[in-house]
Amino acid sequence: MSLTNQVTAADILRISGVDASRCMQCGKCSGACPNYDEMDIPPHRFAIMVRQGRITELMESQAIYRCLSCFACSQRCPRNVEPAKLIEAVRLTVIRQKGQNHMKADSIPEKLDEKLPQQAIVSAMRKYSK
Amino acid sequence: MQKIGVFVCWCGSNIAATVDVKAVAEALKSEAGVVFSTDYQYMCSENGQAMIRQAIREHGLTGIVVCSCSPRMHEATFRKTAVSAGLNPYMVEIANIREQCSWIHKDMAEGTEKAIVLARAAVAKLHKNAPLTAGTSPVTKRALVIGGGIAGIQTALDVADAGFEVDIVEKAPTIGGRMAQLDKTFPTLDCSACILTPKMVEAAQHEKINIISYAELDSLSGFVGNFTATIRKKARYIDEDKCTGCGVCTEKCPSRKGLDDFNMKLNKRGAVYIPFAQAIPNVAVIDPEQCLKLRTGKCGLCQKVCSAKAVNFEQKDELIERQYGAIVVATGFKPIDASAFNEYAYNDSPDVVTSLEFERIMNAAGPTKGQLVRPSDREHPHEIVFIQCVGSRCTEDAEKGKPYCSKICCMYTAKHAMLVREKYPDVNVHVFYIDARTPGKNFDEFYRRAVEQYGVDYIKGMVGKVSVEGKKLHVQGSDLLNGEQVHINADMVVLATAIEPDPTARALGTMLTASMDTNDFFTEAHPKLRPVESPTAGVFLSGVAQGPKDIPETVAQAGAAAAKVIGLLCKNELTCNACVAHANEAACNGCSQCERVCPYGAISYEEREIRSPEFRGVRRIAVVNEAVCQGCGACTVTCPSAAMDLKGFTNSQIMSEVDAICR
Amino acid sequence: MKYSYYPGCTLKTKAKDLDRYGRLCAEKLGIILEEPDNWQCCGGVYPQGEDEIATKLSSVRALADAKEKGQDLVTLCSACHHVLKRVNHDMKQNETIRLRANNYLKLDSPYQGETNVIHYLEMLRDKVGFDNLKKAVVNPQTDRKIAPYYGCLLLRPGKVMAFDDPEDPRIMEDFIRAIGATPVKYSQRNECCGGYLTLENKKAAQKRAGAVVDSAEQAGADLMITACPLCLYNLDANVPEGSVPVQYFTEILAEALGVKEEV
Repeated sequence: MSLTNQVTAADILRISGVDASRCMQCGKCSGACPNYDEMDIPPHRFAIMVRQGRITELMESQAIYRCLSCFACSQRCPRNVEPAKLIEAVRLTVIRQKGQNHMKADSIPEKLDEKLPQQAIVSAMRKYSK
Repeated sequence: MQKIGVFVCWCGSNIAATVDVKAVAEALKSEAGVVFSTDYQYMCSENGQAMIRQAIREHGLTGIVVCSCSPRMHEATFRKTAVSAGLNPYMVEIANIREQCSWIHKDMAEGTEKAIVLARAAVAKLHKNAPLTAGTSPVTKRALVIGGGIAGIQTALDVADAGFEVDIVEKAPTIGGRMAQLDKTFPTLDCSACILTPKMVEAAQHEKINIISYAELDSLSGFVGNFTATIRKKARYIDEDKCTGCGVCTEKCPSRKGLDDFNMKLNKRGAVYIPFAQAIPNVAVIDPEQCLKLRTGKCGLCQKVCSAKAVNFEQKDELIERQYGAIVVATGFKPIDASAFNEYAYNDSPDVVTSLEFERIMNAAGPTKGQLVRPSDREHPHEIVFIQCVGSRCTEDAEKGKPYCSKICCMYTAKHAMLVREKYPDVNVHVFYIDARTPGKNFDEFYRRAVEQYGVDYIKGMVGKVSVEGKKLHVQGSDLLNGEQVHINADMVVLATAIEPDPTARALGTMLTASMDTNDFFTEAHPKLRPVESPTAGVFLSGVAQGPKDIPETVAQAGAAAAKVIGLLCKNELTCNACVAHANEAACNGCSQCERVCPYGAISYEEREIRSPEFRGVRRIAVVNEAVCQGCGACTVTCPSAAMDLKGFTNSQIMSEVDAICR
Repeated sequence: MKYSYYPGCTLKTKAKDLDRYGRLCAEKLGIILEEPDNWQCCGGVYPQGEDEIATKLSSVRALADAKEKGQDLVTLCSACHHVLKRVNHDMKQNETIRLRANNYLKLDSPYQGETNVIHYLEMLRDKVGFDNLKKAVVNPQTDRKIAPYYGCLLLRPGKVMAFDDPEDPRIMEDFIRAIGATPVKYSQRNECCGGYLTLENKKAAQKRAGAVVDSAEQAGADLMITACPLCLYNLDANVPEGSVPVQYFTEILAEALGVKEEV
């Protein structure tokens, strides 16, 4: 199912509370990102692309599901931009739309193993579906 | 009854676009006492001033109101105009209808109404003005320079060469400051000590310069031209006059635990030490925290070996009181504490160093005798990573760091990179940078040489994490131009830490009542037009105390500050402020409250015989020293019996203005 | 010393060890942990969206309950601690979230972030004191070289969590010293274990966990400790067989205090 609702930079600002124009493109976030290799759009580009209003591209990225929410980017940002919040805001604008749940409840049982803690399932469902 | 003239300025369209200047001039004609009212395009122009002079003469005006810009801008201009037409300068009132009226209003009707009200208030005040005469005060022809780095040394030399006495107060045991710690200087790569040491010697030998080292300003009173400073000369436990600087004591001292501040604590030193070979004064100093004799009473070996009998364990701090006409702040900077930046493993590895530490490592007189080795194991490094902007350019709400660009780091990092490649071509050098900022004569050429001639690997992007992995430092950072995350296994990492004002600056600013910004840099009187003066009269700024700058800029500013000091010290007397406080002896009850709030110590008391219809006898009355009073008005608002008044801003003048506004 | 204690879902199921050792040790140290009757799951992750209100309410309920009892709220699971602490910060600092959350909950008196949320480790450091803990140890873990794993959630964002220096923490090292063991410092102690990515991209999660465990091993650790069930899972299940073992910090604490065998 395709994305139906248009999302603007203003929406991302409202949801994230982050003013992306404060970013000076130093790249410390992407230098810190422990999952950089999996991020098709790395954190510093979230800041510049939000500023430029290229939200659709971000919504179609894989990065929004691969961010670990480890907050290394936010912690180390010298401009207090908090890329993790921008990524989360973009993800929310996707999964809040109809039929856009990234992880379906039916798919969970096959992912389970004996030791997997509830916390992982709860977290993933919170992150990947509405 | 006053005969008042009103002059309404258009200021081109600055005022006239939002204020109907003709309506203002017309409305003011009906005010009591106004005998003349007009408007003109530029009242401050020669024609405008001629118009004012002519009106004063023709109409026999006793006072004028100029409706124009802020009094900060042109009050002095119009006072001079009035004087040239025979008026007392304090019979001029300015109604600010630009900054506080036309610039902030959009609606012409509103702007005009407000301008009329402001002009009426000025007329009402003027009715109560009286001619004032300013007193004078003499100028002490000696300058105090606080800080003996290159900024302080240069200012002192320039002032002394003009024939005035200068005292340099330096908190460290030697002058020289940060520049003395540097190895080479950009963009010429000449040796820092080679160009600084002659200046230090020149200052020491100058007959007009007196160096007070290992000393700090303890207290200060007075005002421009007449400061009284108390300087605390710390006990160095060595008689400066006797010590020959032979260094025998420093060799014999059994304590080896003190950290060498000059070498950025990279090595240990004795409890008695001379900071470095070219120190001035070339005199030893004892660190009381480390000295066994001072701590436990045992030892005293230095005293036994000193042939000059210079060691004196009984020495105490000494207070020196002196008068000065001008004060120069040249307190300099320090690098910020890098321990808050452990994402770069500064606390985890001795091989992660700051740039100033690296400067000492590269210096022939440094802890490694100039050999580039890793602090951890003294092995030769093969891969060095430099990280720029560590703690610079951070927002106020970020967790750490400074909001400003430290300005010097791009250039000194290019210098370091080049020096390493020059001396050790086998070492790979990488520089992570956000922007390479190189405005300055021959600066960009210098940076490009590092890239093109010396093959320094500049990587645009910041480092996100430095991890200690065995003997290596794993550097993970962004290469933004290639769109990659890069990983480098380095042997050393050098952090270009931000610089901040010396920690003593804040307390000094309070003592001098000199304003500072939120980063503790001293504020200039005007950011463009008065860059080397503090807003506090008689206080001047030299070097990084005012803001980040490199050596050429510092030296230029030091000379500029000296020119301002010389301009002041050339005068035999200064005109005081005429708008000073005075006590109405009939109302004063001698309660002392004004004395307590006066920030300038201008108020004292005397027993005075009063003969008035209400009271006869002796009363304690406040007396204001008009040369010291700065006219701040703190006493007038504190006085419970309304006895204190400020000339030119009396309580009754201000109430008249308020009444006129509320009419 | 009496505290409200929020165990969280995982401590009731897969991470029973974290919980029961934690309770036993608290008892031994003279601390009463009172579990509220009706706490709800915190959600596992902090909802970062400023317009996310419903997902923050369960945390607010637990916080308001502790406020009513006049107790500090102690947590054990890093994730619960992270969520509760950040929601509490929102309730204190963010006017819109505070207003909207209170409009939903209709509590007797509006909740405004009054409760003090502390992690069990902070309780040991600030309330018990590591010196006192040291005195209570009966089986000092003298020969052990322990690598503390902080992960992300206890430390970041540093300004909100106010737990320790997020780039150079020492609370777990001090804890390890207090129980008589030697802390092992290693660079990956505050880097991510892979988190919930284990469900979405197993390989990436394995890479992360592998890097962490490898770093601890290189530094000479014979044991890793953590406060987070998901970290424990990743550092255990997502690394090669035979890697350095990982335990909850409460388990080694129970051993040191001599209460482990009671389980």
